[in-house]
Amino acid sequence: MRFTKKDILDIESLEPNEISMILDTAYGMKEISERAVKKVPTLRGKTIVLFFQEPSTRTKLSFDTAAKRLSADSLSISKSSSSIVKGETLIDTAKNLEAMNPDVIVLRHPSSGAAHLIAKRVRASVINAGDGIHAHPSQALLDMMTVREKKGKIKGLKISIIGDIAHSRVARSDITGFSKMGAHVFICAPGTMIPMGIENLGCTISPNIETCIEGADIIMMLRIQKERQGNILFPTEREYAMLYGLNKARLNLAKKDVIVMHPGPMNRGVEISSEVADSEYSLILEQVTNGVALRMALFYLVAGGGRHADSD
Amino acid sequence: MQTLIKGAHLLDPGNIDGKKGIFIKDHLIEAIVDPDDIETKTYIETRSDTKIIDAKGMIVVPGLIDIHVHLREPGQEYKETIKSGLLASARGGFTGVCSMPNTNPVNDNRQVTKFIINRSKELGLSKVYPTGAITRGSLGNTLAEIYDMQKAGIVAVTDDGKPIENANMMRRAMEYCKGLNIPVFVHAEELSLVDGGSMNEGPFATFWGIKGIPNAAESIMVARDIALCELTGASVHFCHVSTKESVEAIRQAKKRKINITCETAPHYFTLTDADVKDYDTNFKMNPPLRSEEDRLAIICGLSDGTIDLIASDHAPHSVVEKDVEFDMAAFGIIGLETSLPLSLKLFHDKFLTLEELINKMSKNPAKIIGINNDIKPGNLADLTIIDPDVAYEINPESFKSKSKNSPFSGMKVKGRVFLTMVNGKVVYLNGK
Repeated sequence: MRFTKKDILDIESLEPNEISMILDTAYGMKEISERAVKKVPTLRGKTIVLFFQEPSTRTKLSFDTAAKRLSADSLSISKSSSSIVKGETLIDTAKNLEAMNPDVIVLRHPSSGAAHLIAKRVRASVINAGDGIHAHPSQALLDMMTVREKKGKIKGLKISIIGDIAHSRVARSDITGFSKMGAHVFICAPGTMIPMGIENLGCTISPNIETCIEGADIIMMLRIQKERQGNILFPTEREYAMLYGLNKARLNLAKKDVIVMHPGPMNRGVEISSEVADSEYSLILEQVTNGVALRMALFYLVAGGGRHADSD
Repeated sequence: MQTLIKGAHLLDPGNIDGKKGIFIKDHLIEAIVDPDDIETKTYIETRSDTKIIDAKGMIVVPGLIDIHVHLREPGQEYKETIKSGLLASARGGFTGVCSMPNTNPVNDNRQVTKFIINRSKELGLSKVYPTGAITRGSLGNTLAEIYDMQKAGIVAVTDDGKPIENANMMRRAMEYCKGLNIPVFVHAEELSLVDGGSMNEGPFATFWGIKGIPNAAESIMVARDIALCELTGASVHFCHVSTKESVEAIRQAKKRKINITCETAPHYFTLTDADVKDYDTNFKMNPPLRSEEDRLAIICGLSDGTIDLIASDHAPHSVVEKDVEFDMAAFGIIGLETSLPLSLKLFHDKFLTLEELINKMSKNPAKIIGINNDIKPGNLADLTIIDPDVAYEINPESFKSKSKNSPFSGMKVKGRVFLTMVNGKVVYLNGK
């Protein structure tokens, strides 16, 4: 099978066999990161632009590391260093980037659909590194990679996602991805953080955190974005932690071999207690490691062997 | 100069319904005659220089009026000018349109009103019946000089584009307008509930990750202003009604004999939020495309008379505002050149009789802004001739409007304008 997608825009547009192919490729890539010399020449001569219009540390670093391990030339522009601050439109900026012949553009942008918008206008492959509250496909793929690695499968698992679903692109992509791969996804959040019709993406809304966690194979906690929400969606972090925080007692309701994940950055003591975050159940750092491998796989599939195989 | 329109079916609801010939002399309707009388020349002389318009198989109706149009001039001529907007009006079959006051500067004083009226008269195309702002700068703080604008020619007031957030301000505006006998057009929107949303709240907004606007953002304001209308007794007209809750609130208020009217736009009975796809900003307008349930409620409201009229909310925007991220894109779509064929679908689908449709696109809007457009001798010859059955595909490239922001590109429709006549002058004729 060959990978034929030009862009990675969201999980919705990937078929289950394409997701499997990405995950399989990522396991292969992981081995490279474990070598003493962590670099292969696969994407030598390819140019990857990291175009981040929203603050990001780990995602950007992860994409950058992935590009370098494959010997691609990566260059990055951010909002403050781009002409966007001078009033240039996103499409104009993208076309200017295009004129420099990059092979891949990785875009993070505060508007939902931004990656879709530029993907239609440029020849380069576009990888969506997070658009508004819409999608964060590489995060969902690395979550699936981590789960499949630990559990040997995704199908049939109970996945519990807890936290601000409404404002989380990670949640949308995870719900879509895990349900597409045959898992049973349950979500739980205050009413203010559950968007209308979320069940259509493939999940069940649990009435409380205990029901949501009971018998779970995977618990995924989402970051409470204090900076975005003021106090209209929940009264205090203290009360949020009382109702929706993951602590040791709640963790005991899950399966014995449950694993706990978090896309980061964590608010310790709010959505997750330190005790749980640092426990042997936590795979939070493993997610970061897998993130690099997964992003190497995406670069390879859109710019390397797969899609462009017979073009040179 | 004399013109004869012959061979057509003449439909002026409540007045005439049958095969008739119409003689037009200069600006006015001269006579309406039976077909036989044309042949025998017993009624009126057809002279050698009489211009004959053969409208066999067509329907002649009183000139259509669109009471919700953004002409953009002065100030945003790159989107639309009075000229391009009126060419689009003529092509769409509208002999008259109400311009919205959110130009730059805002039409909140007689100078801007005069400018719009003079410019449109100079052009000799479709007519403009301007609306003026309720509050200065449409900022919602202080009343504009409504009487002065009324003398200059405005037919209604509105802060369209924005709500008047302060209920007491709206109350006072209604009381003041009641005294002037001028209707208040309400843009019903509760901004705190819109909260940065850019499409209808629901499963599709969730799917695309776009912040939603709940139905209540509209209906809560409709309910407020029904209450204020009841309090003040003003003439209140609700613009662009899009939700089932608003329709129901208006239905109940009308049962209580409250002095309100309302409009909807063709997109609200043609499209739903399920049609918003791939972040296509031509599907972004305010209020947003709602659910299928709302769409059906709008059609019911039109059928049972709750919704008095159809207006396009023609809102031209250039690619500068539209070829951008969905949440950054301007709200609004153009509609002058698609309004009639989309509305005719309600007739073809038997939701409305042709008579009801013409009431909603001509007679009722005329009544609200206080003009008499009956087809009768002595009245100005403002007429629209419709070819109701011709099938074609909508192509924005053929539009006269300067902007092309239409979600209806490629849609198959039935029925088009054959001719538009304003003051006895043909301003649009079949494809020209």
